[in-house]
Amino acid sequence: MEFLQPGSWREALEARAAYLGAKPIWGGTDVMVELNFDRERPPYLLDLTRVPELKEWWTEGRRLRVGAGVTYTRAIEELEDRLPGLAIASRTVGSPQIRNRGTIGGNLGSSSPAGDALPPLYASDAEVEVASTGGTRRVPVADFITGPKKNVLREDELIAAFHIPEAEGPQQYSKVGPRNAMVIAVCCLGLTLHPERRKVGICVGSAGPTPFRAIEAEQFIEGVLVEEDLWESYGSIDERALARFGTLVGEATNPIDDIRGSAAYRAHAVGVLARRAFGWAWDEYRGGS
Amino acid sequence: MRLSCRVNGEDRQVEGVWEGESLLYVLRERLGLPGSKNACEQGECGSCSVYLGGVLVCSCLVLAGQAEGCEILTVEGLAEGEALHPVQEAFVETGAVQCGFCTPGLIISTHDLLERNPDPTDAEIREALAGNLCRCTGYEKILDAVRLATIRTGTNEDPS
Repeated sequence: MEFLQPGSWREALEARAAYLGAKPIWGGTDVMVELNFDRERPPYLLDLTRVPELKEWWTEGRRLRVGAGVTYTRAIEELEDRLPGLAIASRTVGSPQIRNRGTIGGNLGSSSPAGDALPPLYASDAEVEVASTGGTRRVPVADFITGPKKNVLREDELIAAFHIPEAEGPQQYSKVGPRNAMVIAVCCLGLTLHPERRKVGICVGSAGPTPFRAIEAEQFIEGVLVEEDLWESYGSIDERALARFGTLVGEATNPIDDIRGSAAYRAHAVGVLARRAFGWAWDEYRGGS
Repeated sequence: MRLSCRVNGEDRQVEGVWEGESLLYVLRERLGLPGSKNACEQGECGSCSVYLGGVLVCSCLVLAGQAEGCEILTVEGLAEGEALHPVQEAFVETGAVQCGFCTPGLIISTHDLLERNPDPTDAEIREALAGNLCRCTGYEKILDAVRLATIRTGTNEDPS
């Protein structure tokens, strides 16, 4: 094994191209477990913690470009006002030690169906910016992740950043696990309200091979809000409509039985998470009237 | 490979580090600092908690080379000579130490909490220590220790 430590983004891309099969590492919260348990012996380890460009984030109009090396702790401390859903999700990751090291770029790279940062990214139609020495491309996050721990990153590419619109309304994230910390989601859900466009984004995690948008449930609840004029009236939503919404989210799942929970439990629990998350977000919207 | 870093205020150099090795292994097996404990090797238990560049981390999840040129503070670096740090004293006095395995990690995490938040609520203490597992105490004595350490390190009155 060889250890590579580029000091700039250009050097990092050159190293990635020159040493095919190099394993990128930032916070190590996934990669080090593989090494410690002898599960993986990549020929090269590509340390990206010395690449200053990866730590930066900035706004571009009403969108943000967030470098892949921004940690969960920084997402909570620096991005809560612009990306509240991502901040809430980041708070549920691991422990302070894990949040201090783990990065959102790493969550994208690991492409776990249970990745906590992913539902907020899906719900806001984020794009992943990947780069090689040959150039840069942007991939919608839903196209980036193709299966459990699988994505379209090529062997010569690195994740540079993600691009995401600033929140234009309340956002929520909710998660089921056996305790209130250090939990890989049994199932989880990110929700965004877009009052200007009269849209609702819902993404379910850990209840299918990848995180996924619950499109039918989105369309249903958008229809209810528009037909009953609730965006304008700031009115409360009918309990039966909310129950139907939860059912539709549950029906959108494609979960498995595994060590963390059964498929049936996940399908049920996701519906509950959806109703609650929508309720919290809608209350916040109404409170802002 | 060779690794140079500053550990507990001292410049240290280690030869023959394996590229896939964790910072925890370097500390324990190559630098003779066994205070940071090796238990889960996957960031679940917090027993290996140290400061890396002033940031609380699990040293089992830091690749040795990532610590090159960095400042590291382990539990061995908290006391000043024979005088324990107030956080360490508080753990001793409240009986927060039973088997002692989790204690170094909990002391580092408590130290970090009080650096960031000198007067934490109980909820904030629980949140800050969520990544440190103790299988002996049931945590009550540990919470007592953190409360006492809060008083000792802060400006609050010591009730004892």
